[in-house]
Amino acid sequence: MSDRLFGIHGAALELRSHRMGLLTSNIANAATPGYQARDIDFASALEARLGGASREATLESATRYRVPTMASMDGNTVELANEQMAFAENAVAYSATLTFLNGRVETVKRALKGE
Amino acid sequence: MSNPATLFQVVQRGMSAQMVRMNAAASNIANSGTVARSEAEAYRPVRAVFQQELDQASGLSSVRVTEVRQADVPAIRRHDPDHPLADENGDVWESGVDESAEMVEIMESARQYQNLVEAMQTAKQLMLDTIRSK
Repeated sequence: MSDRLFGIHGAALELRSHRMGLLTSNIANAATPGYQARDIDFASALEARLGGASREATLESATRYRVPTMASMDGNTVELANEQMAFAENAVAYSATLTFLNGRVETVKRALKGE
Repeated sequence: MSNPATLFQVVQRGMSAQMVRMNAAASNIANSGTVARSEAEAYRPVRAVFQQELDQASGLSSVRVTEVRQADVPAIRRHDPDHPLADENGDVWESGVDESAEMVEIMESARQYQNLVEAMQTAKQLMLDTIRSK
């Protein structure tokens, strides 16, 4: 029911939230030797999620290791500038999705009230 | 310690780890001019060793300090016969701390700490927006 009510935005918000955690993990491990930065391929994740795949299966298949512009000596692939950029982009997209969701809820509420 | 379950735990542990790193570098700077009677007694710079801490269930990974290890930097021998700590050859052993490198270490650590705080604030704001939406 909630899937049909929120459409694409419910799945998108969930994935955005998960991606925010991943990017924060990357930022937290900026100085950890051998740490390999991860991110999710958002488009394919959303497609899989809307296709009916479970949350776990979606994240499993869409999580990728980041390819560094220039690898560092200690094997760490976090590049802070890129992570910050991805984090900012993700935060804006999260906000946008949230706005769409709110609009959706507002629409349904108005329909229910018969305004 | 248990695995990080929320974004806030990831950030908190990252901040603690950076704090340990900064303290280690500060200790090194504080001991940069110290001299000792022998090479074995001389101060050796310390370094925090970071390790990833992955939580399989949530996919989040935090960082922890596995140990604070003494770096293998040789002490510097200086000939100073008038020094009260001089050995029979008139030498004292000075700690081999590179102050510039330690300063850079502190600056880098401070930047990464700031980054974590920024990320946490943004995430917190988004979470509050989500909760308050109606």
